[in-house]
Amino acid sequence: MCLGIPGQIVEMVDGDANLAKVDVAGVRRNVNIGLVADEGVGVGDFVLIHVGFAMAKIDEVEARLALEGLQRMGQAYADEMQAVRESGIS
Amino acid sequence: MRFVDEYRDPAAARGLLGRAAELSKGGEYKFMEVCGGHTHTIYRHGIEHVLPDEVELVHGPGCPVCVIPMGRIDDAIAIAERPGLIFTTFGDMMRVPGSRGNLLDAKARGADVRFVYSPLDALRLARENPRREVVFFAVGFETTAPSTALTLLRAKAENVTNFRVFSNHVTIVPPIKAILESPDLRLDGFIGPGHVSTVIGQRPYRFVPAVYHKPLVTAGFEPLDILQAIVMLLEQLVAGRCEVENQYTRCVREEGNPRALEVLAEVFELRPHFEWRGLGFISKSALKLRDTFADHDAELFYEVPGVRVADPKACQCGEVLKGVIKPWECKVFGTACTPETPIGTCMVSSEGACAAYYNFGRLHREAAKAVALHR
Ligand code: SF4
Repeated sequence: MCLGIPGQIVEMVDGDANLAKVDVAGVRRNVNIGLVADEGVGVGDFVLIHVGFAMAKIDEVEARLALEGLQRMGQAYADEMQAVRESGIS
Repeated sequence: MRFVDEYRDPAAARGLLGRAAELSKGGEYKFMEVCGGHTHTIYRHGIEHVLPDEVELVHGPGCPVCVIPMGRIDDAIAIAERPGLIFTTFGDMMRVPGSRGNLLDAKARGADVRFVYSPLDALRLARENPRREVVFFAVGFETTAPSTALTLLRAKAENVTNFRVFSNHVTIVPPIKAILESPDLRLDGFIGPGHVSTVIGQRPYRFVPAVYHKPLVTAGFEPLDILQAIVMLLEQLVAGRCEVENQYTRCVREEGNPRALEVLAEVFELRPHFEWRGLGFISKSALKLRDTFADHDAELFYEVPGVRVADPKACQCGEVLKGVIKPWECKVFGTACTPETPIGTCMVSSEGACAAYYNFGRLHREAAKAVALHR
């Protein structure tokens, strides 16, 4: 749960509910972007996601480093991705 | 230096290690990494074996799963076992032992316990099951607390009356203070948590140098980040400086995330006391829902035992969480207590010091010994 996982915003889903679709290592799910809205995030931007919420805007290099770091974690990464896959935020 | 070759940039790692050796020569330094994510990186990459002998890392209390006391798990189970109720939680919490087993055992006895990725998934379950009560077992530091807060704001706005939160959110600064006050520990500095700091920023740590005269460097989660933070700590100490510094500027800003802090303040208030596993009661260290959210507060809504349960006798999690002993020094480590059958909480989450050491550190230690024997 403490793992932050990087994702790229691919679509704005619902402006009122602050929902955006992100691509996390090839899996596309909705997350809430309300906490980074002030930073002016849009399609194409990378964000660090914790439990379904974008917590910080990051650049592409950091996104890649963070994902590689997580992938080296093995089981913890597999569990996190499994949880992301089962998520259905709406 | 076998491990260094596996790092992303071995040359940079060697450079940092050389600098650390230079700076620490003739001294003895003990640094605590507060965050469980760092503990994981340290064991995963064998960092403690490549550091100069003069530098020792001590693992801190920054794994939110590890600090939940048994009594709160019993309370969670009491709520989960109410007929018809859907009890939701993060996967990590399922195996944390209470005095009568864990949430998985409750599920096996018939309780409807489900794991969710996000509190928003729990809210969705509440919307989809309007006739059933849905409770979210909220845990975590300031990294996850804003998520719970925003979910509650949304539940209130949409008037999802069957959604409730059992809050066990904790804050990072009070345990750091408790550790600094603890008489059995001598520390020279802190590696500050990365993701918590994206929310709270750097200001809340200023008391560490100001009052306790210890440096703190916030770090990222790559092995290189941790090595760099150690060098930054050593540089401060050697130069006689003592400040809060930020190694993780890629994610952490001085002021944190103002919007996240705003929603935290809107939804939560500090509890007078909260019990931390192994650390005891720490005042103003945890978050409860404000009165305006009373309708969504599981603690007000359901009767819970609320009993303080002492940790099992064999368990030395408290000493591990305070950095007094290393995981392998606990009497039941790896024998009675393993990730499959945890006695203590530090063995449950992959970020707990005992689990991280069990999974990775052990192997590195054996490998390091073997290397040393052949030198
Ligand atoms: S080995 Fe188990 S009981 Fe001992 S400190 Fe670690 S988690 Fe606690």
